[in-house]
Amino acid sequence: MLPERLLNAVILLTLLAVPLAALALDEPFIITLATKVTILALAGVGLNLALGQGGLVSFGHAAYFGLGGYAMGILASHAQSFTPLMEVPFLIEGTKSMPVIWITAIIVSSLAALLIGALSLRTSGVYFIMVTLAFGQMFYYFAISWPAYGGEDGLSIYVRNGFPGLNTLVPIQFFGICFVLLCVVLFFVSRLNRSAFGLALDGAHQHSERALTVGININRVRLVAFVISGGITGLAGALFADLNRFVSPTMFSWHTSGEIMIFIILGGVARICGPIAGAAAYIILEHYLGDVSEYWQVYLGFILLFVVLFAKGGIVGALTGSRGKAHG
Amino acid sequence: MAEAILSVSDIHKSFGALKASDGISLDLFPGEIHALIGPNGAGKSTLIKQIAGGLKPDSGRVHFCGQDVTTLNVPERARMGLARTFQISALAMSFTVLENVMLGCVGEARGVFSFFRPVMTHPGLLKRAHAALDRVALRDFADVTTSELSHGQRRQLEVAVALTLNPTAFLMDEPMAGLGAEGSKALTDLLAELKQEAPILLVEHDMDAVFALADRISVLVYGKIIATGSVDDIRSNADVRSAYLGEEDEA
Ligand SMILES: Nc1ncnc2c1ncn2[C@@H]1O[C@H](COP(=O)(O)OP(=O)(O)OP(=O)(O)O)[C@@H](O)[C@H]1O
Ligand SMILES: [Mg+2]
Repeated sequence: MLPERLLNAVILLTLLAVPLAALALDEPFIITLATKVTILALAGVGLNLALGQGGLVSFGHAAYFGLGGYAMGILASHAQSFTPLMEVPFLIEGTKSMPVIWITAIIVSSLAALLIGALSLRTSGVYFIMVTLAFGQMFYYFAISWPAYGGEDGLSIYVRNGFPGLNTLVPIQFFGICFVLLCVVLFFVSRLNRSAFGLALDGAHQHSERALTVGININRVRLVAFVISGGITGLAGALFADLNRFVSPTMFSWHTSGEIMIFIILGGVARICGPIAGAAAYIILEHYLGDVSEYWQVYLGFILLFVVLFAKGGIVGALTGSRGKAHG
Repeated sequence: MAEAILSVSDIHKSFGALKASDGISLDLFPGEIHALIGPNGAGKSTLIKQIAGGLKPDSGRVHFCGQDVTTLNVPERARMGLARTFQISALAMSFTVLENVMLGCVGEARGVFSFFRPVMTHPGLLKRAHAALDRVALRDFADVTTSELSHGQRRQLEVAVALTLNPTAFLMDEPMAGLGAEGSKALTDLLAELKQEAPILLVEHDMDAVFALADRISVLVYGKIIATGSVDDIRSNADVRSAYLGEEDEA
């Protein structure tokens, strides 16, 4: 059994090594797959903070993923058509700059999480799941019926957005950007898990009355965690849109929420690198089982069932043999 | 007499037709242990919950530290120094013993919104946490996962977490429940010491402990306090004997 820290290092190094090897072997498609894993893992890291650490089973994280995607799509489409987003009361222009797009994506999705969280965190259990799902679907239908940005057809961006000093059209360079962002976010989330806030969030998850009784306002703690969670998933959405150079309402659909949740369950709930292992397993299954059979999701279903019934810690739990969760 | 730290006036609470609190008034004065006894289902835990803020009374007021706290919620009252232990241990079971106590320290320090600094190496909070564990003799178990503690140790940990709040008053709901003779003795000694720091409203079925510790006793039956007085008053009170102590003899 591996210590979890070592396993985390192995997971991250593998995620880095695969596209580098693919580069050497001239297999650009593998690099794109690895980039996809990295971005989806980032979305999972966001949800994992709410779901794993906080016990807030959000079935609507597609809302933040999609908002991040549309933040990219809208800004970039205005930039490529040279029309400003708005002129009154002040001028907002489109942009092709990744950092500006990321910050916009984070702000927009965090604000949405603040609003949705403030309303949905009053409920708990299955009601919370349903309320978050309903909010996610609201965004989905809104995106479909809003013709200005492509409606059902979505929005294509012809050239990938830029990052100072890099050529983002080179697959390995775009992978590098995504990988570094994932590492930065992982660093912050692991610090957060070990901070007083992380202790309070976990304590409120394990025994809400205990946390209240020592003077912790658990509603506020959960709301803040929800906002951070949404912001991270929003950032992943912006990157995902940039990977595909395309956004569509599908990013908002409940399937997307479900997939992000599957990464976490496969990889290991509340494990810092669980979403990476889970997203990688999912993409590998989709890619290779998808070639073998159209009905690969049936196999996925069996695997999920197995994990939920017999290996609750997911991949990370199975490999470390521990229950995880250390604040030390 | 000194001013009461905690006072409950005319609390009513019904669950359907059941009057769990039927006009309860009581005070807790500095330096005292005020025991609340009564048969099962009398409404003791329900009263504690209303004092702590987890349950809204239908009518009546709760005053704490000279302030009307009736409309404050649980964390607000806790931050004023109202510390509570539960009849059924309320601990984060997958936390270590130290993490449970640190949670109390974080709450007390209002330090929840610190996102970057590792909490388990925070010297100030750790000092408090260890001091609390020392008082209940759990220092050596600091790194043990809470779910692995014995029942008695969990009761001790509950008290340790309450201690981290720098309490102005304690609400303790059957802290002795399920403790062996030795455990009860140790906790009895600790409570006798604690009451100097903050008075204790003590719900307890263990009559030896109650008679040894209590400065005053109130007897609650069917949501009503039928008698309040010193240990001797209560022992010799005929109503109490028939309503409560008599039952004990039969059992
Ligand atoms: N939330 C609730 N809804 C309905 N009835 C309740 C609720 N809470 C308590 N009761 C009822 O109120 C009565 C008082 O319960 P309470 O737990 O306060 O008794 P207690 O004096 O603490 O008893 P014990 O000595 O067994 O702990 C009981 O009959 C109980 O069933
Ligand atoms: Mg009770």
